[in-house]
Amino acid sequence: MKYIDEFQDPELARRLVEDIHATVTRPWALMEVCGGQTHSIIRHGIDQLLPGEVELIHGPGCPVCVTPLEVIDKALEIASRPEVIFCSYGDMLRVPGSGRDLFQVRGEGGDVRVVYSPLDALRLAQDNPGREVVFFGIGFETTAPPNAMTVHQARKLGIRNFSMLVSHVRVPPAIEAIMRSESCRVQGFLAAGHVCSVMGTGEYPALAERFGVPIVVTGFEPLDVLEGVRRAVRQLERDEHTVDNAYARVVPPEGNPAAKAMLADIFEVTDRSWRGIGVIPGSGWRLAARYREFDAEHRFQVSGIDTREPAECRSGEVLQGLLKPHECEAFGTVCTPRTPLGATMVSSEGACAAYYLYRRLGGGAGGTNAASAGANSPASGPGSKRERDSAHTAVSGPRRVPEPVSAPESAPESGPGQGAEPDPAAEPEHAEHAEAAERAESASVSLEGSPVV
Amino acid sequence: MCLAVPGKVLEIKERDGTRMATVDFGGVAKEVCCEYLPDLRPGEYAIVHVGFALQRLDEESARQTLALFEELGLLEEEFGDPWESAAKEAAK
Repeated sequence: MKYIDEFQDPELARRLVEDIHATVTRPWALMEVCGGQTHSIIRHGIDQLLPGEVELIHGPGCPVCVTPLEVIDKALEIASRPEVIFCSYGDMLRVPGSGRDLFQVRGEGGDVRVVYSPLDALRLAQDNPGREVVFFGIGFETTAPPNAMTVHQARKLGIRNFSMLVSHVRVPPAIEAIMRSESCRVQGFLAAGHVCSVMGTGEYPALAERFGVPIVVTGFEPLDVLEGVRRAVRQLERDEHTVDNAYARVVPPEGNPAAKAMLADIFEVTDRSWRGIGVIPGSGWRLAARYREFDAEHRFQVSGIDTREPAECRSGEVLQGLLKPHECEAFGTVCTPRTPLGATMVSSEGACAAYYLYRRLGGGAGGTNAASAGANSPASGPGSKRERDSAHTAVSGPRRVPEPVSAPESAPESGPGQGAEPDPAAEPEHAEHAEAAERAESASVSLEGSPVV
Repeated sequence: MCLAVPGKVLEIKERDGTRMATVDFGGVAKEVCCEYLPDLRPGEYAIVHVGFALQRLDEESARQTLALFEELGLLEEEFGDPWESAAKEAAK
């Protein structure tokens, strides 16, 4: 278990992995909703530590990735106007619109500025009364409260040269849309911990009940992800489907009431288009009608923009968990972080970027064989020692395909992509897992009360 | 951008009628709005996202997460120069 030695608490990680191996008897597909979780999984090789029966499907939880092309194009249009100071987070600078990105707009003379907080944009408006300051307000439920407070402040302070281009998205309707999809294979969710730190867990029991899926609120640190997987698998094996909070140190059941109250005042729920996925009913927020004066779309009349989505980009399927990044023909060839076709390659939380950065061309548990894809691996040159080590351990030449280890007496049913094609790169760890699983079974490892729980 | 970083509250004051805190993120100090945690006090730790404190966190968890973020380069990503990063990426 080479990876485990790099965990913050290797012994606890080992116990968690052992317990998952000892628990699983059948193939299960779990979706991690948060892009931060995806990066944690790929960076630390968590999927390779898991039994072959447990497949992790990457969800749509990257706000930069799911912002529709039309909104990016509107941002580019507004940012190009001479009277405008356009404010964004650094993540958005290189997200491609139909023809260019914010980085290029700045190169062409646009006044594009990066801010740390939406309140910084408001301060810019105060300091530049002769200019129009526009803030790009995207993000999930974690990011929406700061933006809501900023609009509240703008009105309170009487700032009239400030507006916001709003494209907020909400997680629960996305989970519902994924579960309603005919091609859905997801059997359990690791819900995004930081989203729940604001919203609490109240929206999830109805979803868990309606679709019969366990939903485990999960953090994004490696041990958090392992604990989330452990709890989800435990429920699935027991045929349970409830909401479980594995991130209680940050997520109280009620979330943050003050933030929720501000959201309800400033925004109203609307249908929202997700890039590569399409419109999901009730999945977004827009400024409430009484705050229309702060709506940049209204102020700058940007409508009827002709968008051009690159035909070869399959990020929509990646965002829905239907395709692993390396299974896209453009991955690592036409599409790289330098020349991204879609936001999933350029965003720091995008699944394609995670695979490119860590050179996981063979996929995780249940992915396709790495041998041929690995031969075309791009020289991405990961920078840090951790990245180099991770890339080194994640990419390997052809190896013997391991047998399923946690239930040697009963071969797992080969669900789509599960068990049938174990990750070749995980073979040495699997051998250890077999022993570990036996040890765990005999020792009846109890993890209740551990620091993660 | 949807990740939040834990930090330690150093000082709390008002600006434009809003409660603002100076928060230390492993050596980088930032002004943070704490209207959503109205009873947050100096010495406590909070999860901060885009300049807003959203939940309290115990000190040990905060320290562990900060150490991990630093090791993974996420603090640089959060507080470094984004233009420099974008230019580097474009020039690769």
